[in-house]
Amino acid sequence: MKKQLLAILLALAPACVFANVGEIHLQQANIDPNNTQSLQRGARLFVNYCLSCHSASLMRYERVGKDLGIPEKLVAENLIFTGGKPGDLMNVAMFPDDAKEWFGTLPPDLSVIARSRGVDWLYTYLHTFYRDDSKLTGVNNLAFPDVGMPNVLWELQGRQEPVITTSRGHDGKEVKTVTLELVEPGLLSPKEYDRAVRDLVNFLDYIGEPAKHERRALGVKVIMFLLVLLVVAYLMKREFWKDVH
Amino acid sequence: MAGNASEKWQGGLRGWIDARFPLSSMWNDHLAKYYAPKNFNFWYFFGSLALLVLVLQIVTGIWLTMNYKPDAALAFNSVEYIMRDVNWGWLIRYMHSTGASAFFIVVYLHMFRGLIYGSFKKPRELIWIFGMIIYVVLMAEAFMGYLLPWGQMSYWGAQVIINLFGAIPGIGETVAIWIRGDYVVADATLNRFFAFHVVAVPIVLLALVVLHILALHEVGSNNPDGIEIKKNKGPDGNPIDGIPFHPYYTVKDIVGVIVFLIFFSIVVFFMPEMGGYFIEANNFVPADSLKTPVHIAPLWYFTPFYAILRAVPSIGGSSFPGVLAMALAILVLFFLPWLDRSPVKSIRYRGNLYKAWLAAFVISFFILGWLGMEAPTELYTLISRICTAIYFAFFLFMPFYTRMDKTKPVPDRVTS
Repeated sequence: MKKQLLAILLALAPACVFANVGEIHLQQANIDPNNTQSLQRGARLFVNYCLSCHSASLMRYERVGKDLGIPEKLVAENLIFTGGKPGDLMNVAMFPDDAKEWFGTLPPDLSVIARSRGVDWLYTYLHTFYRDDSKLTGVNNLAFPDVGMPNVLWELQGRQEPVITTSRGHDGKEVKTVTLELVEPGLLSPKEYDRAVRDLVNFLDYIGEPAKHERRALGVKVIMFLLVLLVVAYLMKREFWKDVH
Repeated sequence: MAGNASEKWQGGLRGWIDARFPLSSMWNDHLAKYYAPKNFNFWYFFGSLALLVLVLQIVTGIWLTMNYKPDAALAFNSVEYIMRDVNWGWLIRYMHSTGASAFFIVVYLHMFRGLIYGSFKKPRELIWIFGMIIYVVLMAEAFMGYLLPWGQMSYWGAQVIINLFGAIPGIGETVAIWIRGDYVVADATLNRFFAFHVVAVPIVLLALVVLHILALHEVGSNNPDGIEIKKNKGPDGNPIDGIPFHPYYTVKDIVGVIVFLIFFSIVVFFMPEMGGYFIEANNFVPADSLKTPVHIAPLWYFTPFYAILRAVPSIGGSSFPGVLAMALAILVLFFLPWLDRSPVKSIRYRGNLYKAWLAAFVISFFILGWLGMEAPTELYTLISRICTAIYFAFFLFMPFYTRMDKTKPVPDRVTS
């Protein structure tokens, strides 16, 4: 039976891969989209650590400055490293072919990464790099096994080693759990690092949908208006229906 | 004085038009002197709401078209361009994406109304058939529209559904290539789907809606009691239990429209993805013909039928039986007016048999809808087979249980 179903699915979707990729318990990102300072710090981290390989090519520097309350002069000085203009899109200067050679794959554009992966996944991912000498980059990741990306935030986080503990699950089978242990501290304490990643994820969430803030603000007004209109419309209906018996 | 003057002016222009075009008579036939039963309840809002959503979709769709690029290399980014750089683009896009799901919610409730009050029964068979064609065309419209954002789910969803046609013995593969215009879903597919989604199918939909309403206004609306109000006419020749659609139901429907818009706005402004049911997370990854997503499921409004497709075992490695079952699941609905042999229309006067079967049908439909989103397991397949059996049994046994059912006497006049 299962085989048949599998056969149907395989026939329907060639090269379908069945694997529980990175199914780990996700940590809560707890971002605060209304915290402008957090978003500003996130923007800074993003341009310093991510933007050299990952583009955010659907986003303009100017919009970031405007939405996050960063003056244009500061945007030009602190966010734009490619010599571009504020109206430019946040592209990278790397050639795609080079990127493929260096990382084995093209680093994805991060414009809408928070919408496809979710903020909790991103927060977890940026926390779960660990030493793995079998990898070219020297690191592996719990949320994204065999990822091609090196741990670019290592100088902030420090280095983590995996600790494998074996326990018996409730069905009697051996369950291996991997926990990560900080063996070499980074520039930031674990608490500071949590905050830094939270800021970065907050920023990624913002560029995923820059209109979110405006959307919610407008939504409150629209619904309040509709509620008032509902009262008026209901009274009108009642008035018209008085003579229906 | 003022009233006189405006009346004179109105009469003049109206008279001029009426001599050349049936403006007043159309207004009267379909609104001001169209007598609708006075006992419409909650379930009767969804017809006019479906019309509202259709208009919303057409208007937002036109504005989306102004900035959307139907090109495999540009489509994904053009949608995000609308979300970011086009003034109010995000609002128009979310209204359109939410509207798609809202359309199906409203249409499903509208169809359910037909099921409980027997609105499909004689003399309203044609209304039901036009409505069913609208439903099928709407599915095509939604399916083709979902390809346009050109995300991973757009791409692979289309790939899976088009491959269903490939399961037809003999001609399948040719048909699938004919639909795609390529060996895989590609730029050619995107272009033709765009043409159908924005021009061809909407025209057909509008025409069908006109037919649906014309047929309805010819025979008159059913009501929660399932009584023909035209049988009881007053001295003025109008049904005693009827009231003019305008102004009574126009003012009532405005209330319904506002309540609907409140729910609609909650989704558009506060949860446009609706937890992944209206906009899937994976659709924020651009389409990639080399990377098949781990989990491909159609959007929620197709999942009951998708579950039926998967529930039927394949024969000789061909999934055609499943495809056939899915097609039959939709086709069988067309025959509802002739499958139902009950002497009464409304569920209010039907017996427990019909009520039990209808409940089983609705529950199965919901379970199938849920199963269609989940990855199949042995248990799920078993459940989906049971539900598929109930789905078809509801229709196949209908001629028998509706005749056996103990019905209650139907009153002469509508109850309030």
